[in-house]
Amino acid sequence: MELKTFPQGIHPSDSKELTKELPVNNMPVPKKVIIPLSQHIGASATCIVQVGDFVKTGQKIGDAAGFISANIHSSITGKVIKIDECNTPGGRRSKCVVIEGDGKDDWIEYKKQENLDLLSAKDIKNIIHEMGIVGMGGATFPTSVKLSPPEDKVIDSLIINSAECEPYLTCDYRLMIERTMDTIKGIKIMMKVLDIDRAFIGIESNKMGAYNTYRKMLDGDKSIKPVLLQTKYPQGAEKSLIKAILNREVPSCGLPMDVGVVVHNTGTVLAVYEAVVKGKPLIERVVTVTGYGIRQPQNLLVRLGVSFEEVINQCGGFIDKPGKVINGGPMMGIAQWDITVPVIKGTSGILVIPAEAVIEYYENPCIRCAKCVDVCPQFLIPSELAKYSKKYNWDACDDYGVFDCVECGSCSFVCPSKINIVQYIKMAKNEINMRKRR
Amino acid sequence: MEKVKLAVTPAPHIKSIDTVSSVMLDVVIALCPAILASIIFFGIKALIIIVTCVAFAVLSEYICQRLMDRPVRINDFSAVVTGILLAFCLPPSIPWYIAALGAVFAIVIGKMVFGGLGYNIFNPALVGRAFLLASWPVFMTSWSLPEKLTSSNWASLYDSTTSASALGMFKEALNVAKSGGGTQGLESVYSQFSISSLFFGNVPGSLGETSVIALLLGAFYLWFYKKHITWHIPVTYIATVGLLAYIGGGPELMTGNYLFHITSGGLILGAFFMATDMVTSPITPYGRIIFGLGAGLLVFIIRIFGGYPEGVCYSILIMNAATPLIDRWTRPRKFGEVR
Repeated sequence: MELKTFPQGIHPSDSKELTKELPVNNMPVPKKVIIPLSQHIGASATCIVQVGDFVKTGQKIGDAAGFISANIHSSITGKVIKIDECNTPGGRRSKCVVIEGDGKDDWIEYKKQENLDLLSAKDIKNIIHEMGIVGMGGATFPTSVKLSPPEDKVIDSLIINSAECEPYLTCDYRLMIERTMDTIKGIKIMMKVLDIDRAFIGIESNKMGAYNTYRKMLDGDKSIKPVLLQTKYPQGAEKSLIKAILNREVPSCGLPMDVGVVVHNTGTVLAVYEAVVKGKPLIERVVTVTGYGIRQPQNLLVRLGVSFEEVINQCGGFIDKPGKVINGGPMMGIAQWDITVPVIKGTSGILVIPAEAVIEYYENPCIRCAKCVDVCPQFLIPSELAKYSKKYNWDACDDYGVFDCVECGSCSFVCPSKINIVQYIKMAKNEINMRKRR
Repeated sequence: MEKVKLAVTPAPHIKSIDTVSSVMLDVVIALCPAILASIIFFGIKALIIIVTCVAFAVLSEYICQRLMDRPVRINDFSAVVTGILLAFCLPPSIPWYIAALGAVFAIVIGKMVFGGLGYNIFNPALVGRAFLLASWPVFMTSWSLPEKLTSSNWASLYDSTTSASALGMFKEALNVAKSGGGTQGLESVYSQFSISSLFFGNVPGSLGETSVIALLLGAFYLWFYKKHITWHIPVTYIATVGLLAYIGGGPELMTGNYLFHITSGGLILGAFFMATDMVTSPITPYGRIIFGLGAGLLVFIIRIFGGYPEGVCYSILIMNAATPLIDRWTRPRKFGEVR
């Protein structure tokens, strides 16, 4: 069978064997949570509780501020003890609501919508917005916004991003296997909102189990089609995924909706299902706790706001000395310096690399080997971008397409001179954006 | 839990195992079959010249880096590659001190004055060869005949019988044929240098360029196994030379012996190991194709119309000079960009 894919890309070792076969475990409800009011792309939510307030599990504590923003809910029952700036795994400090649990786990009752026919697209979008659903692949873009393309864009396909191309991570894979029917229902809900009758589930070939399960469950259903993709990084980058499945190219600096497509992650689909059908706000998620520095790697269902430290202890703690603790996968994840940071909506994995496996690289001069040019999924010339960024030549960076970069890190991965190309590119993007704002 | 100390670095947190040293070492490994072939065909002299070139290349790089107050990076094997490649394009009978001088020139003028590895414009080994050819043209163009392993000459350090190279004899014969002297000369060149002897390397020529099969063995290692080189430059380069040689390489149109042109001289060595030199060749895919086409055209022009019998060295050097321009002209279409 021919596997679909996109041009170029890299083949890192996927290292998923650590947690691939482990069913999702529930982590006990934590005693204390730190819930950042900004866990998503867009404006930070407005805090609607005060210190001393008593909150129930699932109660709204942050109100979406503006169009691109998301509601925030409490993930435990207890008392608000502090509202202060704290570190978040995204690397920035954000205003956080600290809640101390009282041991009970009283849920706020939201309406359960068993019969979807009674709901209009607008009703569903309102529920998704109300329940604070954001993209759970890591980018955390508010889902209700993504489901509301402008009038002039004709959408004909929904793509479910189940590629999970980041090495080590298996949370989406477990959801696909364990919650197959629920994810299918979630897809149906999204299709109803978008008013389309065609959806694809893109699955990489190293997750045959998930592909076969979908094939079996969707037998006879022509509207949703699982598609087997080549195992290649960054297969799960939106633009690469659309290219692989539909052979459409999202225009330079454009969005998937420009080619009639909306892309959502597996975890998001499940969250949408739970929000609409079960009346459950986004207060917990599956996190793959993995790496060779953790005693018992697991796929863990955790409440948002619990600290990395507690999750790591739940998994037996570190083996010897930890070298790096990463929020997300090894390719795009962010290394943490403080493990008291909370799990947030975009935390797909906590990866622990042991100290002895952390290699310190020294940058060598570029030898123009063009390996980065040959792997860049956006057909850029990463080495030139890095060269110009290093010389603060922002105009040249812009000219060479710095804003087309999807920051997948393939260039830095292959570079034999160990130049961290993608970091120079991010630096140039930041700098140019700052100058534009001035 | 006590406070843990964690390393913080930007993503990605995993990297490929390739380093500059490993890439260069792979090139050295790929050159090993040809080194072996050169020793088999030209005797112990070949080994001495290769070792001399490598030693002087590495030594001069070390001295330069110390004098320039730069980190010493001789362990990246790039000077070793330069040394071997320079030795490969020298005649086996060349005195060792001339080879050594070439190596020093290649590193100092070809590479270090530009700022070292990654910054040089021209392929250092070819710079060294061009310098020697200009300075000692007699030494550089007397080719010794290949020796038998059993002959006493094999282990001798003294010059053996010299002869003209295949391309040198071809050029004379071609000129005779063109001026109406008949094609018997050409025919005898073709029969004296059969494709099979050119292929195995049992012919007079530079140290490392004669054995096509040994070079191809190494090239496949680099190309398919290690994937350090892509098809673009070697294929377009060789195909251009072959096609043009077929069209205009004979006394009349469409009578050229293209296999003779592909397997003789330094084309295979140049196409797989010198034109593909990472630092001095274009980085864009289309750029690499243009580079191959241009170099192929230059080889043909020099071989058929030029003053030298062989043009691989100059064709690559000239295209090296054009590389920055080619890169600028051939920026790839960005994903999703409509031109």
